Amino acid sequence: MSEATTPRTRPGSGVVQVTGELIATRRAGAYQHLTFVAPGLAELARPGQFVALAVGGPTSANLLRRCFSIHKVSPSGTYGGTVDVVVAAHGPGTQWISQLRAHDEVDIVGPLGKAFPLPKEPVPCVLVGGGYGSAPLFWLAEALRARGCHVEVVLGAATESKLFGVVEARRYADGVTVTTDDGSMGTKGWVSDVLPEVIRRTGAAVVYGCGPMGMLKSITDVATAEGAVAQVAVEESMACGVGVCMTCVMPVVDKHGVTKMVRSCVEGPVFRGDRVRWDAFSDGLCRVPDDAVGAPRTGGH
Amino acid sequence: MTTTTATTTTSTAVDMSVDLAGRRLPSPMMTASGCAANGRELGRFFDVAELGAFVTKSVMADPRSGRGTPRMAETPSGMLNSIGLQGPGITSFVENDLAWLKKSGARTLVSIAGNTSGEFADVAATLRASDAFDAVVGVEVNISCPNVANRGLVFACDPLASAKVIALVREQLPRDVPIFAKLTPDVTDIVSVAQSCVKAGADGLTMINTLLGMVIDTDLLRPQVAGVTGGLSGPAVRPVAVRAVWQTRAAMLEGRLPFVPIIGVGGVRTGRDALELVAAGASAVQVGTATFNDPSAPVRVGRELAGLLQDKGFERLTDVVGIAHERVAR
Ligand SMILES: Cc1cc2nc3c(=O)[nH]c(=O)nc-3n(C[C@H](O)[C@H](O)[C@H](O)COP(=O)(O)OP(=O)(O)OC[C@H]3O[C@@H](n4cnc5c(N)ncnc54)[C@H](O)[C@@H]3O)c2cc1C
Ligand SMILES: Cc1cc2nc3c(=O)[nH]c(=O)nc-3n(C[C@H](O)[C@H](O)[C@H](O)COP(=O)(O)O)c2cc1C
Ligand code: FES
Repeated sequence: MSEATTPRTRPGSGVVQVTGELIATRRAGAYQHLTFVAPGLAELARPGQFVALAVGGPTSANLLRRCFSIHKVSPSGTYGGTVDVVVAAHGPGTQWISQLRAHDEVDIVGPLGKAFPLPKEPVPCVLVGGGYGSAPLFWLAEALRARGCHVEVVLGAATESKLFGVVEARRYADGVTVTTDDGSMGTKGWVSDVLPEVIRRTGAAVVYGCGPMGMLKSITDVATAEGAVAQVAVEESMACGVGVCMTCVMPVVDKHGVTKMVRSCVEGPVFRGDRVRWDAFSDGLCRVPDDAVGAPRTGGH
Repeated sequence: MTTTTATTTTSTAVDMSVDLAGRRLPSPMMTASGCAANGRELGRFFDVAELGAFVTKSVMADPRSGRGTPRMAETPSGMLNSIGLQGPGITSFVENDLAWLKKSGARTLVSIAGNTSGEFADVAATLRASDAFDAVVGVEVNISCPNVANRGLVFACDPLASAKVIALVREQLPRDVPIFAKLTPDVTDIVSVAQSCVKAGADGLTMINTLLGMVIDTDLLRPQVAGVTGGLSGPAVRPVAVRAVWQTRAAMLEGRLPFVPIIGVGGVRTGRDALELVAAGASAVQVGTATFNDPSAPVRVGRELAGLLQDKGFERLTDVVGIAHERVAR
């Protein structure tokens, strides 16, 4: 069914659908780090955006795409443009991706979603990553430093093997702080335990976050308390990644103070932390706040 | 805006055009409601004017937030969804989305829904009054969504309730704008629902909508989607769609139902899948869940279908509609 290896999509649309060839796959702690040749994608991508991969081949019973943050892109590598992702093997789709071998092909759509906004002035920034959530941050760090920003990175995970990119971080940032829940590396505890100190010490104006939803909420709380703006990349369950299915919505307050259920794949995945209605999330569910536009009336719709 | 000629029809000798209740469409291919948003998103992947018609997400009178999340679960060869008809409401829809579709040259089949039969009529009336109404080649009346008020007890489970909705919508729309009743397979006898819809003024039938289903998260031992139950779709339901189209077409051949066009939908992922529905009796085909796997599936399937028909030596798509009925082994 894969009918072309050249980008399929309309010129100027900002997104491509390509058959990507896997050229490198290696273990990185608890994760698999993969590099795909993806013609046309690298040139369009910016930090914070993601790709949606089809899994299992053209006749697969797993129809829904899997979304992954773009770890980095190289527009002019030996093989043409490449895109890197870091995958945690979890369910059937991510297991399939993790077991791919060099020269296997995967249908890739990307870049998708909104990128991290970059500050106009060279202000200090703190980048916080949880688990594989640090994947998109190094590329972001590079972009920020190119603008003259002082960049510090905080990486956190349950245990050492679930940290991603500690060595890389040292290369891309002016300072690195590591936390693990079990104390197997860095400070024992959560990123939110060390974050206030890092923000104060650096005088950070912006805190960028990527990781589990609970962590993004606490990053937002800490940043807000310290007078910084939080920009967080969320992870909602997505079926299409391109804005057509409406499965990935979450309650976000717009600039007029109105809460709407917005699609995190096209209006996100990066949101200003203080715009997200964290109060609606609990126990792995997200309810529709009563004051959201079009919320169900009592007694159902 | 650009309106390139449909590659679906020019790349092959097969005449893919269809007459859908008086409207001539260059291609039988359509998006399925709720699986394509309202145009702009898929417009990045292909020219929406290339389709026979673009079918929009079911729109109701007022803006709706839909249900909480998670709203979906992947299932074998399919998925379960409980979106809950999230949408901007008909006023915003006609001003923004329909206007965009019109500008893009898309022939639009607008899907409408309501909590009450009166709401369906109000939505139809607002649609008719809109500036972009000339982009509308038909109205699909979604009387079969399992994610609204009386879940499981949708209008299309009851022939009388269905007829009432269709009759009220028919009154609001000019005669030359065909209306299609979208039916659920979750009934004992889909033909009797089809009969009452046609009698009440439906010019065609769209079948099928999703089947009511449920998935339980076996780690948490609780329903996986926040809405508890949801609609099952994808290749897993295709045999049900083929059966529903077949039974309805058979009723037409037996004279139990007037001949009206059937739009087949359910589990189409390839040209071959589309051909199954056409051979069972569908004059046009919608691609839903497969679009999540391949955003350009609605046009790709059309190209594959044309290729298959050509390989088999057919000159016109219409010659194949319902052909399997003539070939039943006796
Ligand atoms: C914007 C974004 C960026 C992401 N970046 C990464 C990354 O860099 N590395 C990584 O390992 N994972 C990332 N994820 C999570 C990853 O998409 C899911 O873990 C993965 O889709 C699960 O697929 P599965 O087959 O293992 O699980 P299943 O549970 O079998 O998946 C079934 C369906 O649910 C969706 N789904 C399930 N869990 C998630 C989830 N947590 N988030 C989104 N969709 C989900 C799947 O996409 C699929 O459509 C990201 C998710 C999003 C939305
Ligand atoms: C996420 C999702 C949302 C849907 N929303 C609607 C809708 O708003 N109106 C409607 O008539 N059908 C809706 N449907 C049903 C589809 O239009 C189609 O009838 C069904 O999914 C079967 O086709 P498929 O197997 O090709 O997806 C929806 C289906 C899905 C998967
Ligand atoms: S994942 Fe389909 S709309 Fe966002």
